[in-house]
Amino acid sequence: MSSKAAAPSEPPPSPSTGPVVRFETVGLRYGREPEVLKDVGFTLAPGSFHFLTGASGAGKSSLLKLIYLALKPSRGRVELFGQDVERLPRADLPFLRRRIGVVFQEFRLLDHLSAFDNAALPLRVAGQKPAAYRDDVAELLAWVGLGKRMHAMPPTLSGGEKQRLAIARAVVGRPELLLADEPTGNVDHEMGLRILRLLVELNRLGTTVLIASHDQELVRGSGMPVLHLEKGRLTRREGAPA
Amino acid sequence: MSAPVPSPAGGRWKPAPLLPRDDARETALLFVIAVLCFLACLAAVTALASDRAAQGWSREIRGEATVQVRPALNETGSAAAARAAEALAGVPGVAEAAALEREKAEALLRPWLGDAVLDDLPVPHLVTVTLDPVTPASSQDLRAALRRAGIDGVVDDHGRWLKDVERSAALVRVAALALFALMAAAAGAVIAFATRAGMAARRDVVEVLHLTGAKDDFIAAVFQGRFARLAAEAGLYGALAAAAVAAILKLAGGGGGFGPALPMHWADLAAVSPCPLVAATVAAVAARMTTLRLLRGTP
Repeated sequence: MSSKAAAPSEPPPSPSTGPVVRFETVGLRYGREPEVLKDVGFTLAPGSFHFLTGASGAGKSSLLKLIYLALKPSRGRVELFGQDVERLPRADLPFLRRRIGVVFQEFRLLDHLSAFDNAALPLRVAGQKPAAYRDDVAELLAWVGLGKRMHAMPPTLSGGEKQRLAIARAVVGRPELLLADEPTGNVDHEMGLRILRLLVELNRLGTTVLIASHDQELVRGSGMPVLHLEKGRLTRREGAPA
Repeated sequence: MSAPVPSPAGGRWKPAPLLPRDDARETALLFVIAVLCFLACLAAVTALASDRAAQGWSREIRGEATVQVRPALNETGSAAAARAAEALAGVPGVAEAAALEREKAEALLRPWLGDAVLDDLPVPHLVTVTLDPVTPASSQDLRAALRRAGIDGVVDDHGRWLKDVERSAALVRVAALALFALMAAAAGAVIAFATRAGMAARRDVVEVLHLTGAKDDFIAAVFQGRFARLAAEAGLYGALAAAAVAAILKLAGGGGGFGPALPMHWADLAAVSPCPLVAATVAAVAARMTTLRLLRGTP
């Protein structure tokens, strides 16, 4: 895979040698409801690979949303790439988002765009010209096994194909951090393992990876460190680097 | 083997639009904006015609004056009027001055008073003065000439009517402009509403663009471009329809315009030509402002 990174118009990322993600006593509540995340604190080192586990409703998706800046914490401090997101001007947030790739649980593919256009979306959003990203996107789609399906529309793709297309879109901009919400939730075990291998390969290329999953078999089989959420609290850090 | 890679260099390939077409919603919006543009264009053409009519009326009124002559004791009214006409004809800025014959004066009064009483009435002795259109004589000049000739007369320069006509013309112009502004504002409001509806209906697109790192300007440009194109198309239809209706009215009015009261020239139809551009601009601004305002509420 040789996809180029962000557009030339994008300001250079701020130098960061510290953690990619740092949460300090983060709390999150929706409206006047009780907190769904309570005093959550953890760090993700550059190049690390973690699973985020927990029962349904434990707050996994909410925690991921805080990282990919779809939500703001009710309290506490969230740092991404060494920057306190609360202090960043709104105009800078898109550049931060471009450093993060997200595989959404429900894919969030755009049904009116072809697989190729869906995968190319982050590059298009970043201002790259089609001629500049054409070959990279095609190569990436071939890498995820969709080389023959690049002109297909999402409604005609199988669950596994949609999942791999969602991964292709998440990684096409060579993000420094990849978040995946239940990436194996809609596919069979074999396809789940194949997708996990894709993510591990990305991690070997230097991308920090955090995968939310309730597939205990997959998590245990991977041998990767685990962040475990229980009723909104981070209760276990198994095998996490010091 | 992989499918062929899209080739922008070798063909006409370009990425698909980020917003899908929503035919039912867009057809309705197209129709509403086209109707607004049609009414705005008709207002503009009517404003031009009424402005021309007002200018014509003003020119006619400004170009004439009437003098009512009061004869001396030993002089007939006709003789006094003839003498006044002679005196006034020599004033610089007067093109022509002629005493109005009694028959003509009676003809003017007959519709109001009838035949029976005219013989018993003292019909005023009038002199009609046609002024030079370039350097018209003032009413003071005319009074001075009458004084010099020893004629007792009252000069009416139609100033009272002129003020009324000019006030009416100004009112018509303001009304046409207000109507045009109202149409533009209504079109803007419709576009803003449609943008909100479009963003709600395409929340999936907005969220994915937002979360993949699109700047607010980028997302706004997507909606802005879509609605500007739609409004330009609607503006074109509205303008063509208005031009067609105006042309039919001109032909039906005997080629003079909407009738003798509103003279229209074929060149007035060109007033509808900026409509697509104006509509597109209003739509682009409305869509952009609406999108940016809505995005400001997101994290």
